[in-house]
Amino acid sequence: MTIHISMKVNGKAVSADVAASTTLVEFIREHLRLTGTHVGCNTAQCGACTVHVDGRAVKSCNMLAAQASGAEVTTIEGLASANGDMHPMQAAFKEHHGLQCGFCTPGMVMSALELKGRFPNATDEQIREALDGNFCRCTGYQNIVKAVKAGLAA
Amino acid sequence: MKADGIGARVTRKEDQRFLTGNGQYTDDITLSHQTYAAFVRSPHAHATINDIDTRAAAAMPGVVAIFTGKDIAATGIGGLPCGWLINNKDGTPMKEPPHHILAVDKARYVGDQVAVVIAETIEQARAAAEAVEVDYGVLPAVADTATASKAKASVHDAAADNVCYVWGHGDAAAVDRAIASAHKVSTLDIVNNRLIPNAIEPRAANAAYDKSSDSYTLYVSNQNPHVERLLMCAFVLGIPEHKVRVVAPDVGGGFGSKIFLYAEETVLVWASKRVGRPIKWTADRMESFLSDAHGRDHVTRVQMAMDGNGKFTGMKVTTTANVGAYLSTFASCVPTILYATLLAGQYATPAIYCEVTAVFTNTSPVDAYRGAGRPEATYVVERIVETAARDMGLDPAEIRRRNFITTFPYATPVGLTYDIGDYHACLEKAVKLADYAGFPARQAEAKARGKLRGIGFSSYIEACGLAPSNVAGALGARAGLFEAGEVRVHPTGKVTVFTGSHSHGQGHETTFAQVVADRLGIPIDDVDIQHGDTGKVLFGMGTYGSRSLAVGGTAIVKAVDKVIAKGKKIAAHLLEAADTDIEFKDGVFRVAGTDKNVPFASVALTAYVPHNYPLDKLEPGLNENAFYDPTNFTYPAGTHICEVEIDPDTGKTEIVKFTAVDDFGNIINPMIVEGQVHGGLAQGIGQALLEGCVYDKESGQLLTATYMDYAMPRADDLPNFTVGTHVTPCTHNPLGVKGCGEAGAIGSPPALINAITHAIGVRDIAMPATPERVWRAIQSRA
Ligand code: FES
Ligand code: FES
Repeated sequence: MTIHISMKVNGKAVSADVAASTTLVEFIREHLRLTGTHVGCNTAQCGACTVHVDGRAVKSCNMLAAQASGAEVTTIEGLASANGDMHPMQAAFKEHHGLQCGFCTPGMVMSALELKGRFPNATDEQIREALDGNFCRCTGYQNIVKAVKAGLAA
Repeated sequence: MKADGIGARVTRKEDQRFLTGNGQYTDDITLSHQTYAAFVRSPHAHATINDIDTRAAAAMPGVVAIFTGKDIAATGIGGLPCGWLINNKDGTPMKEPPHHILAVDKARYVGDQVAVVIAETIEQARAAAEAVEVDYGVLPAVADTATASKAKASVHDAAADNVCYVWGHGDAAAVDRAIASAHKVSTLDIVNNRLIPNAIEPRAANAAYDKSSDSYTLYVSNQNPHVERLLMCAFVLGIPEHKVRVVAPDVGGGFGSKIFLYAEETVLVWASKRVGRPIKWTADRMESFLSDAHGRDHVTRVQMAMDGNGKFTGMKVTTTANVGAYLSTFASCVPTILYATLLAGQYATPAIYCEVTAVFTNTSPVDAYRGAGRPEATYVVERIVETAARDMGLDPAEIRRRNFITTFPYATPVGLTYDIGDYHACLEKAVKLADYAGFPARQAEAKARGKLRGIGFSSYIEACGLAPSNVAGALGARAGLFEAGEVRVHPTGKVTVFTGSHSHGQGHETTFAQVVADRLGIPIDDVDIQHGDTGKVLFGMGTYGSRSLAVGGTAIVKAVDKVIAKGKKIAAHLLEAADTDIEFKDGVFRVAGTDKNVPFASVALTAYVPHNYPLDKLEPGLNENAFYDPTNFTYPAGTHICEVEIDPDTGKTEIVKFTAVDDFGNIINPMIVEGQVHGGLAQGIGQALLEGCVYDKESGQLLTATYMDYAMPRADDLPNFTVGTHVTPCTHNPLGVKGCGEAGAIGSPPALINAITHAIGVRDIAMPATPERVWRAIQSRA
């Protein structure tokens, strides 16, 4: 069964006919070819697929594309400004070496950004707790915490 | 120091693309006319394959082709090779049963590939794979390391007792004498728990065949594309090497698990010609758990003999190592060459003997995982050293001080020659950073709150910079272990460097550029590093064993020095001076002692526009390559100190402080080195506290095949680390570097377990030391 969906992705209106079972991450990666959003597990545990749907960080492997129909979706590709300058959170990850292989990074940045509203002055502990749905196998998290702290303050 | 040169904390060149979603990982690449593969995997640990019925699956929508092991075997394709020959104690070779790329007669572990389905979409491929009917005859499984050699069932007919080899290393008689005459012998039985690597990017491959040129392109998430190509072409598929291009684009973490030539990509390449369209496969996470090569899995007894002063007089180690169902690419050398040779640790123990029995089991293949043999050796040495201190009533720092090697070069009794180190300096620095002197007060304070505090040491050493090819060859390596690099200076003086090392998080695009920019005296932005493509890079052995900078970096340095040497000749011509009078510094060629000079970029331009040029003596162009084969291993070493606090009511362990002082030799980029240490520590702490791969001993089912069952370290499981360095430059490479990628994972597990056993007053606790295990240990003590 296919259904018609339409949504705004990174500010651009998109619509398509997709199988009802299409997940949001499949739609983003395979239909829109926005491959910055990654799949590490497809079972809602690793956080690599995190995007924003109407401003909330969600694991896009755990949501049907149809559920996001009508929503505003932001992916990692949508963060930098039009002239290519990175968002302060992205810049903070670079500045504090909050990434190594880069695979978890888009999800990590999208999760971190959502904290902005919740904990503008987050402590290390609050950041660590808030990121516990995002796995990183490379960094040991210490520099991610540093980066997120700096990114929230920026 | 140049602001972007050696020693500077330069932010990474690669980060821009990763942070903006522009990384290109294998699964991000979709080719025109793409098809998708799904593998049919055995649900049984051990079973005969009586029949495979593909008719229903073949009739399903979108199915392009289905192949079984028989189809592949019928084309004369052999199995996956093992890259290292280990001989038994009696000199006979190890058992090397065939490892078909799709199982033919028998499936030997849960997840073993028995067929592949190729379809228009991944959903169609998976649905049809479900519809392939395999008639299995279930057999009893062998899944326990310690008892495998006594099991009734045999994984391979060729190894009826499941023994791959029994290997010995060192002087057994000398060790027996040391034990017989010892003041005290400490003994410990320990298990090095099995781990699943879990790079966050699952393995993936995309293979395409081009009919017009009769050639193949394979994109694959891999750490050493040239080795992948060589093994696949020469040993499995028989395709001429020059007809295959292997590209390992951005790779989302490897940790060893992406070194090996796996069945999946080999099947894809084979099938791509038959199908005539590109075929993509990306593991789902369950497949990663089942089919990535696992790590560790040793069962060991260790004995340490001492004199009355706590000086070590002999050490005996007996290990059973699980290699899984088939020999993966480097499976045989990990528990032998990379293990027993490190058993001297940092100590002047005069006699050491190690015997290793490698066993086949009905489990996933086991191979190198971050540290590969060296964490296992360090765990043995540092656990028995701490235990020996306790048995002797000595302080754990003091027993180490009494036994440290202090003169270099030092030839160990297990075959290595340490070129340099300062073990006392690392220990004392760590003791200070950890405020070891203040520990008794902190322990008493914790006790007053009803908590148990403990502190543990680990003074590790590793052999990195793999490896002198002739030494490795004499030890059974079936490959060379040099590295290659090429420095291409463009007419404008900009530089592209091609390296056989592969970066999958290590930051080579920055570190290597720093080295080149520093040596050529040009801005780092003028240097780009290319890697991971056999179509671009001349050759390469790839990245593993913390070798990239020490071996790959040295190859680049050699090529840079050739560029400078040729540049001097060109400059001499331009400046009308003798070659020998030209010096090169800060990007300028100069006639020594004069102000006559010509900048690097002008020399480059002259090389490509050779109007005023010594064409009779010199070729035009400025492009040099180099191969570097190291003369020795490098020996990073350090001391890690872990302090824990345990809640006796819950058994929960909190790491209150983790201190690591490491000697990596000279450091090119301290920011990147700290990041490597943090990541290694996280994996080592993961092993000690959280991660454990568990097979059901009866059925051979993998019980930890999802993130619900396998505990990955999360942000809130780990502390902030206190890291420091002490530098003794490596003596035998021009950069004086040793390697830093694995130290964290090597040094940390024994420090943590020593701290926990110290806190609760037990001799051993199994890893991972979960709250349940700790709580039970506390109860057993009461
Ligand atoms: S891919 Fe969605 S959480 Fe892992
Ligand atoms: S940077 Fe590699 S998984 Fe996080």
